Amino acid sequence: MSDTAVRVQEIRALIAAHKRWDIVFGIVGLLALMVGVLTFAVLFIQMVIDGAPRLSWDFFTSFPSRRPGQAGILSAWVGSTLVMLVTAMVAVPLGVGAGVYLEEYAPKNWMTDLIEINVSNLAGVPSIVYGLLALSLFVYQFGFGQSILTAGLTLALLILPVVIVATREAIRSIPGAIREGAYALGATKWQTTSDHILPYARGGILTGVIIGMSRAIGETAPVITIGALTFIAFLPPAPVSSEFPYLSFEWIMSPFTVMPIQMFNWTSRPEAAFQHNAAAAGLVLVVMTLSMNALAIYLRYRLRKNLKW
Amino acid sequence: MANMNKFKMLCVSATLAAALGGVSAATHAQTVKIDGSSTVFPITEAVAEDFQKAKKGAIRITVGISGTGGGFKKFCRGETDISNASRPILKSEMAECRKNGVEYMEMPVAYDALTVVINPKNTWIKNMTVAELRKIWEPAAQGKITRWNQVNPSWPNAPLKLFGAGADSGTFDYFTEAINGKSKASRGDFTASEDDNVLVQGVSRDTNALGFFGYAYYVENKAKLKAVPIVEKDGKPAVAPSLETVINGTYQPLARPIFIYVNAKSAQKPEVKEFVEYYIRHGEKLAREVKYVPLPAKAYGYNMEVLEKRKLGTKFGGENKVGLTIEDLMKMEAKL
Repeated sequence: MSDTAVRVQEIRALIAAHKRWDIVFGIVGLLALMVGVLTFAVLFIQMVIDGAPRLSWDFFTSFPSRRPGQAGILSAWVGSTLVMLVTAMVAVPLGVGAGVYLEEYAPKNWMTDLIEINVSNLAGVPSIVYGLLALSLFVYQFGFGQSILTAGLTLALLILPVVIVATREAIRSIPGAIREGAYALGATKWQTTSDHILPYARGGILTGVIIGMSRAIGETAPVITIGALTFIAFLPPAPVSSEFPYLSFEWIMSPFTVMPIQMFNWTSRPEAAFQHNAAAAGLVLVVMTLSMNALAIYLRYRLRKNLKW
Repeated sequence: MANMNKFKMLCVSATLAAALGGVSAATHAQTVKIDGSSTVFPITEAVAEDFQKAKKGAIRITVGISGTGGGFKKFCRGETDISNASRPILKSEMAECRKNGVEYMEMPVAYDALTVVINPKNTWIKNMTVAELRKIWEPAAQGKITRWNQVNPSWPNAPLKLFGAGADSGTFDYFTEAINGKSKASRGDFTASEDDNVLVQGVSRDTNALGFFGYAYYVENKAKLKAVPIVEKDGKPAVAPSLETVINGTYQPLARPIFIYVNAKSAQKPEVKEFVEYYIRHGEKLAREVKYVPLPAKAYGYNMEVLEKRKLGTKFGGENKVGLTIEDLMKMEAKL
């Protein structure tokens, strides 16, 4: 009897010791998490305090100016938006196409392996390298100049590996039974891909694209390298007009600036008031990035919910 | 299926966009392209801002920051109409321009007074001689001159914390040329930053700090910094940087003119000519407004003459010259 009681005591002590370790690890993990979260929170709050008073309608509708109180981010946010548009239009078809090919069509041989390794490596190439490549290729070789098109193509190259990898991951998560079912009913490879694989992978692909885009929107180095401007007080020509041919693609060759460059310029100005402008622009940029990420999470949730297999 | 259509549409519109974009390239005749030094940027930006407003947007100005060297690279390829420069054009850049048939006019637009600054709590410095600055900054001082009393025995035995412009900036080139006698020759063990605000922060937080940067950054942070009056050589009075001392030429050798270079072929286009005229006419007021030291009034008249008579070339022969007053400059002969 007393023997059993002792053993129970021992076991209880052992369990208690293990539970203590549980708690210790929980605390260590929480602290590790807090380093990141708190750093971001402090930076973000500092930025809100500095920048929030500058946020007004005028801030969004004014061009840069030497007077900090009148300076705004109109050319910067329009530039960023248009560059992102080109980036998406190029990176999505190319990246999804490549991803689908590698997963569904490519034969499994050393060539494919080589391509796969290269795609993964591309994701780790410093962004300035893309800028240098784009400078010689797009700006001079192809003669696109320092335009929105050049910037969009450059950033598209930059996020291409992300889109490809996300597409492949999404496709891989689709059960093999779906493909087999389609084949069994006599569907061709393309029918299977377009009617089943792509629709089911949509959520994952979209998430990858948006995460890639939110990286691209904050990029400064490659955009400076290809020659984005610092002062520009006019907007690219409007894509839609009331005269024939109604649609215009002139904007794509227009000179431009983007949000991070505008911010960078303001932080290096002597007047303290420009620091507030920089903080406000930073705030807008962070909100843009966060809302893109939120959209990615929402879309993933929505599309997953509608999935029925 | 709807999803696939979206993908197809994206593909088509991307291709279309690329094709049409290529066709309609460079249809804006009325754009003046400027690039170059970040030091000259605030003045050019101010001029561009006012000019565009005055013209109601009929003429478009773009200003980039590629640094003086980067700016000249584009300028000598004929990509820009005007280049901002915080130092005169170098021999290698002159050769590049010559090779591409780019001729230019050189116009000083303002002074930038490099300011040597210390912490306001520093009680022992009343002024400094160029020789003392050299003792601190020369390459041989690296690792050796680390305390204030090593420079001058009457100064305290306290660590010497140095802050200066990064090696890629024209500011660094000029400071080393003026103090150490050779461009880019400097000790390397100091806190260097291309961002002058970092230097301002550094000096304002450390009693034992010494730094140098552009006058505008000192003016904006007067409460946190103290400017050191400079003695050019023995027997001369100590002169603090100010609008007056820079304009009358007594603040030496750290006052330097900054320039715009105008492509001679571009200057024949009415929009470029008009912009440069506007720059010359309003340069004095606008330079003052962005906290730079304007040139004496006659210098702007001289610039107008350069533009009207198309006096091509540089007056510096591809070298940085230290301690040049605007009168000296006006007397010199320009060469391509």
